[in-house]
Amino acid sequence: MSFTPVLIFFLGGVGMVFAALVVSRLLAPHRPNPLKNTTYECGEEPVGSPWLRFNTRFYVIVLIFLIFDVEVLFLFPWAVNLRELGLFAWVDMAIFIAILMVGLAYVWGKGDLEWIRPRGSSAGSAKGR
Amino acid sequence: MNVLELLIAVAFMVGVIGFVSLFALFAIWMERKVSAHMQDRLGPMETGGWHGWSQTIADTVKLLLKEDIIPTAVDQPLFRMAPYIVFTGALASFAVIPFAANLIGADLNIGVYYLVAVSSLVVIGILMAGWASNNKWALYGAMRSAAQMVSYEIPVVLSLLVPVLLAQSLSMQKLVEIQAGGFWHWTVFSHLPFALVAFVIYFWASLAEVNRTPFDIPEAESELVAGYHVEYSGMRFAMFFLAEYANMFVVAAVAATVFLGGWHAPLPFLELSTEVSWIGSAVVGTAWFVVKATFLVFVQMWLRWTLPRLRVDQLMRICWKVFLPFSFANVLLVSLWLAVKG
Repeated sequence: MSFTPVLIFFLGGVGMVFAALVVSRLLAPHRPNPLKNTTYECGEEPVGSPWLRFNTRFYVIVLIFLIFDVEVLFLFPWAVNLRELGLFAWVDMAIFIAILMVGLAYVWGKGDLEWIRPRGSSAGSAKGR
Repeated sequence: MNVLELLIAVAFMVGVIGFVSLFALFAIWMERKVSAHMQDRLGPMETGGWHGWSQTIADTVKLLLKEDIIPTAVDQPLFRMAPYIVFTGALASFAVIPFAANLIGADLNIGVYYLVAVSSLVVIGILMAGWASNNKWALYGAMRSAAQMVSYEIPVVLSLLVPVLLAQSLSMQKLVEIQAGGFWHWTVFSHLPFALVAFVIYFWASLAEVNRTPFDIPEAESELVAGYHVEYSGMRFAMFFLAEYANMFVVAAVAATVFLGGWHAPLPFLELSTEVSWIGSAVVGTAWFVVKATFLVFVQMWLRWTLPRLRVDQLMRICWKVFLPFSFANVLLVSLWLAVKG
């Protein structure tokens, strides 16, 4: 088994985009002007910084994702060898998943999986802490 | 690895790029026709004659001739790098997709794992594009896209674990081999109901992975203009578009490979063994595989004109409160059955 074809695919992807951009550079006009190069905002002049503050939900979701993604990472070697390892390995993994499910239940109960959180619940979770 | 093998690998890669480009041209035309006919319209009819078959070719030429505008406010290095990462991430997935018994870039022994890892590259590219564009629409589109892609990755991976458990292997060819001998041996039918549940979860979650309706709020035209690629024009935009259609094919191809028998024909006598004819086997296998994958792409388009767009709170609720518990339960039940059976 060799990873060389994988490397070739990566190089090919980069090469393809590069070639397409070079061809377009040669064929397409290139006449920039200050008005054309402004940031698009429906034809209006851009207002304020584009790097807006966004909902902290995104951050919470990524944190939860990270935990489950690492968990899934552990599931792969287990899944491949399950038949040889037998019931013992299954019980092991069931306990592992159960612990994470407690975590999921906690996050669920706290209301962190709700995108739009009712106003009262944040006070509730503050009390819980 | 000797020079001949290297040349074969390069030739295969070039062939895949050709296939991806042709497939994107076809799929964009097909999407237009499917959406038009589902809405009782005709869609493109003029360009090229029969049902406007060359409309997307004309569009590609147009995009090639469009000026490549890079706004002054963008973060130059990241802005230029993003299309490379998005397209390379999409193309690299093809390295492990088995087109036929003897047609695969690299039959890695970690195939499924590699696929999951590489398809995550697209998220980085999208975030990069959205952030570097220095545009409010682009940033919001990228954030929504990243949040939904990472969330739905968990159900995707968990449902891919079911065929992995059954095959006891991560190699894509091995996953296809265990489905030999007629459609009733395909994973989706052979291990009812678990594999069917996994297939349904995989297909739904993969729609979110490729930002398709009903999970298309990252590109909700009516509120976000176009999402993360608002500031891209000309060929740079075309690369995002190409990567999007390549990804649609990848998720459909993976579903076809691990659940629907891959390059196996529905009935055993419709296949051609490599011993009979090497080239014939490759052609017949690829034909079955592409037909299955294209059918799933058609289903993706069909759903687009059937279902309304989900709100962000509904989207997250479905992922974390429905798909996640169900896919965990599914994996545990399948593995218990396998462990007991031994």
